[in-house]
Amino acid sequence: MRVGVFICHCGNNIAGTVDVQKVAEEMRKIPGVAYATTYMYTCSEPGQNEIIEAIKKYNLNRVVVAACSPRMHELTFRKTIEKAGLNRYFLEMANIREHISWVGDDRELNTKKAIDVVRMAIAKVMNNKPLYSSSFRVNKRVLVIGGGVAGMQAALDCADGGLEVVLVEKTQSIGGMMARLDKTFPTIDCSICILGPKMVDVAQHEKIKLYAYSEIEDVKGYIGNYQVTIRKKATYVDWKKCTGCGLCMEKCPSKNAYDYFNFGIAPTRAISIPFPQAIPKKAKIDPNYCRYLTKGKCGVCAKICPTKAIDYDMKDELVVEEVGAIIVATGYSLMGVENFPEYGGGRYADVITGIQYERILNASGPTAGHIKRPSDGKEPETVVFIACCGSRDKSLGIPYCSNFCCMYIAKQAILTKDHLPNSQSYVFYMDIRAPGKGYDEFTRRAQEEYGVKYIRGRVSKIYPKGDKLIVKGADTLLGVQAEVEADLVVLANAVISNPDAAKLAEKLRISYDTFGFYVESHPKLRPVETNTSGVFLAGACQGPKDIPASVSQGSAAASKVLSLFSKDMLESDPQVSYVNPNICVGCMKCVKTCPFGAIKEEELRDGRKVAKVIETVCAGCGICTSTCPCGAIQLQHFTDNQILAEVNAFVSGK
Amino acid sequence: MPTNVINITKSADSSFIGQVAKESGQNPYLCYQCGNCTAGCPFTEFFDYPVSKIMRLLQAGQKETILRSRAIWLCATCETCTTRCPCQIDVAQIMDTLRVIARRENYVSEKEIKLFFDTFLDSMKKHGRVFELGVLLKYNLRSGKLFTDADLGPKVLSRGKIHLFPTNIKGREKVEKIFREFERKPRNEQ
Amino acid sequence: MNNKRYAYYSGCSLESTAKEYNDSLKEIFKVLGVEIEEPDDWSCCGSTPAHTVDPLLACALGARNLSLIEKMGLETVIAPCPSCFAVLKRAHLKMKKDPEMRERINELIDEPYNLRVSPKSALQILYEDIPPEKISEMAVYEIPELKVVPYYGCIVTRPKEVAEFDDPENPISMDRILESAGITVLDFPFKTECCGAAFGVVKRDVVNKLSSKVLSMAKEVGANCVAVCCPLCQQNLDLRQDQINSLMKTDFKIPVLYFSQLLGLVFGISPDKLGINKLVVSAQWIVDSLKKAEKRGKKIKEEPEAEEEQ
Repeated sequence: MRVGVFICHCGNNIAGTVDVQKVAEEMRKIPGVAYATTYMYTCSEPGQNEIIEAIKKYNLNRVVVAACSPRMHELTFRKTIEKAGLNRYFLEMANIREHISWVGDDRELNTKKAIDVVRMAIAKVMNNKPLYSSSFRVNKRVLVIGGGVAGMQAALDCADGGLEVVLVEKTQSIGGMMARLDKTFPTIDCSICILGPKMVDVAQHEKIKLYAYSEIEDVKGYIGNYQVTIRKKATYVDWKKCTGCGLCMEKCPSKNAYDYFNFGIAPTRAISIPFPQAIPKKAKIDPNYCRYLTKGKCGVCAKICPTKAIDYDMKDELVVEEVGAIIVATGYSLMGVENFPEYGGGRYADVITGIQYERILNASGPTAGHIKRPSDGKEPETVVFIACCGSRDKSLGIPYCSNFCCMYIAKQAILTKDHLPNSQSYVFYMDIRAPGKGYDEFTRRAQEEYGVKYIRGRVSKIYPKGDKLIVKGADTLLGVQAEVEADLVVLANAVISNPDAAKLAEKLRISYDTFGFYVESHPKLRPVETNTSGVFLAGACQGPKDIPASVSQGSAAASKVLSLFSKDMLESDPQVSYVNPNICVGCMKCVKTCPFGAIKEEELRDGRKVAKVIETVCAGCGICTSTCPCGAIQLQHFTDNQILAEVNAFVSGK
Repeated sequence: MPTNVINITKSADSSFIGQVAKESGQNPYLCYQCGNCTAGCPFTEFFDYPVSKIMRLLQAGQKETILRSRAIWLCATCETCTTRCPCQIDVAQIMDTLRVIARRENYVSEKEIKLFFDTFLDSMKKHGRVFELGVLLKYNLRSGKLFTDADLGPKVLSRGKIHLFPTNIKGREKVEKIFREFERKPRNEQ
Repeated sequence: MNNKRYAYYSGCSLESTAKEYNDSLKEIFKVLGVEIEEPDDWSCCGSTPAHTVDPLLACALGARNLSLIEKMGLETVIAPCPSCFAVLKRAHLKMKKDPEMRERINELIDEPYNLRVSPKSALQILYEDIPPEKISEMAVYEIPELKVVPYYGCIVTRPKEVAEFDDPENPISMDRILESAGITVLDFPFKTECCGAAFGVVKRDVVNKLSSKVLSMAKEVGANCVAVCCPLCQQNLDLRQDQINSLMKTDFKIPVLYFSQLLGLVFGISPDKLGINKLVVSAQWIVDSLKKAEKRGKKIKEEPEAEEEQ
């Protein structure tokens, strides 16, 4: 046993509060340690070369690096010793930075603790066994969850790269939030005009299989080999027969159905196609509002449908697709107005949200693009926009900024002036966030060319007076309370995560934060990957962002998948559990406790039934190891003996 | 005196900020000056400085300006600001604390308001409960505004809505004792 | 039926300028079976003036009364005046959260307070402890011409952390209580706008101006009566209504009644016992238009059903 110990100064990060020389000195005294040294920046190229040189020179067969957290550089140093000819699992890292030097500044105590920790690592490494990865096939098909602009971009890039794509969209049509917009900032491009062709590409691409009005039911498997169960929800219309003619929607007598596409600003029919450019352009019945499905009366759509596509008895259908990677692009949701009781909490018809106003502005929206007050249909003269409704508001639990509201408020104010030249718009804001290309200029244009009056201050209350709304705000730059008599008020309500984001995350086994947004591997360097291998993120499901950022992430996620699939075989992680069949008594407790379903029963040639670990599914959590009554199953690289060796080293002080 | 030029290095009193923070239990630096408090404050039209400005003056450590202001005396602690502050600051508590400190350090920009409060408390100390007619008459006398609310006199008297004589509770010395004990303790212990 | 006994802390104003509140509450408590007992020798809570001098003083003045009530062995004290309620509740909460404060307060008062009392406003008791069906049952009269706006005032539900009752922005307890008694309640955007509070004597103009906004909005929404639950609100709007009219050149003639008086009237209690004659702006027309209710046990206003077109 010849152990090499390399203690990193990490500049001043470690050496500032730990006496690294003393630690090295103490380590040299331990039997089995052939060489111990310190180095300024061990992870640097010369630092790594030092290790390789030392291994050769001193004939080392085990290496301990005492430095930062293994989450930083364990992989780095494993590759280093592999280059020197050692099995990479003969490396142990002792965390003397995040766990010691960054925690306290008592030099004596820190050094003492570092000595203990490195000694424990030495004891462990001496008990390490060489481990070898195995290879497994990769299914070069990718699942994209979410058909908004991020998901569509990801799907198109993957498909153009030669992969087969399965695209699952929860609502009736792809397009997401962007399909609802009228124009986009800062160019005032017509949103559906630029999105429509992309939607058609998705529909017509031979490599993309689209499941609309479907949700993810279950995900089994592991990277390269997922089995995904998709629930095709019942639309009560046979989409193979439906031509999208829209006759059913015209004649349906149930006229007060909630229109999800228009965010409730106007009702729709129980059977509907959400918007003219919908893809797929097929009808769907909302069972909550359909007279036939709720009361057994009516049946008009079935009678008039020219292709007899209506099927009231349709049920949900489950389908299984096999894929090798998953891109999550499920987008975002918006905070409800009931959270703003001081603005009416939804009781005042002329206090609406930004997206609802967008639908009013949109030519294919419920008012055919004419700006009309929801209460009486009159054209407003004074429109007030209120920024940060819910965003940056700790009292509502949303401390973050929603990213694009400042921009869309400027856009909507500009469009309002275009539509209604005699109108006057006001914007109550706290700050203007306009970081992108041409963004700040765009917000200035609203004020300089379109006469939009920006007032710096929040609004405390909105109340009705006659048929107007009194907006009581503040102008903090003037230092006064400022009131505006408005005809229409538009609230920039906060971006929040989807209500079922957590449920989906749990199916995919990815992390989500307190706000329900999915967590990326590294906030700076790995924005589209998750800590779950094989699952990638794109778009607003990871955090509020605008269209260019979502599109970028869609392409980025696709590139990650394409590089993942550039090999035919992937390497498995050997730090998984392993059952010793000679010790296993076949109680199968481990099978029952494994949360990943990674252990199965196997019959040996002599007829005995023992447990067997499916290496590629095992996530290395170790629950089986603690469950097994006879110690037959051990998590490799973290076996009982290895861990006990560490404990002994600490307790005995040797 | 409001001024358009200040030397922040010299005029900012950070021990004052700390004192206000400690006594009110609020962190003044949480305020991002959104103006929501001013927007909702019903008394803004009567203040010399709107409440968000008082908060900004506090952040800037402008002790003199704040303690000489009328706003801190005119605040009714109606709690509108506290209810709506997005940073969850109890703004009304800060205003009250500023008023407490102003009284303690003898900055009284609204003498009549202090006089009224003191007259009320004197009545309490004396009788254990407030003798409303007595408070009104004493206040009128002390303030020199002899006919304050005189028009209400006949209205309340004719309807028997006011006692002509005070009620003395049995435990009034106990109430008086609370005041005495409170005044006895050195200020910095409180 | 509520068999619980409550302590009842009337506070100084209910004994004098807000006597109608005291009388009417006691009358409706009798009808609804709410048993109350007043603490012997209670003292003034200090209201607004005490907390402007020092929070410690304010807390002590409140805590003295809490300890008296604790000695009575009763768990809940009804404090009809929102200011008294706020003082008692804040004293209780402060002493609960801060043991050091509790010690200091207990040193100032004669008997220590051990956190065993829960202060509540009268509105809270009627909303939380009396089932609406009971109120409907007792409402044997109706006043069809009456259109009431519920004016809660600024502190009975605010701040949320102290009041722990109803909603700070759009409270509905008074609305529901009056509705279950068959009274027409209009939606009112100014439910919690401040009337001017305790500045009536010193800054009459301020109070008159702010109170006039409340009355204006009441008129705007078509109300002919304002229901209140706070003595100061009632005085600022009723006693000072003539002052408001002369300052603001308006001609309001809107009666301002305590919600308990309105309940008392529909319960059939005599107007004199409810202190109706103590109101400055006359409520005689309300008394005159009382008629026997056609349906006993009127239900609470139901939500309109979702419409369906032909």
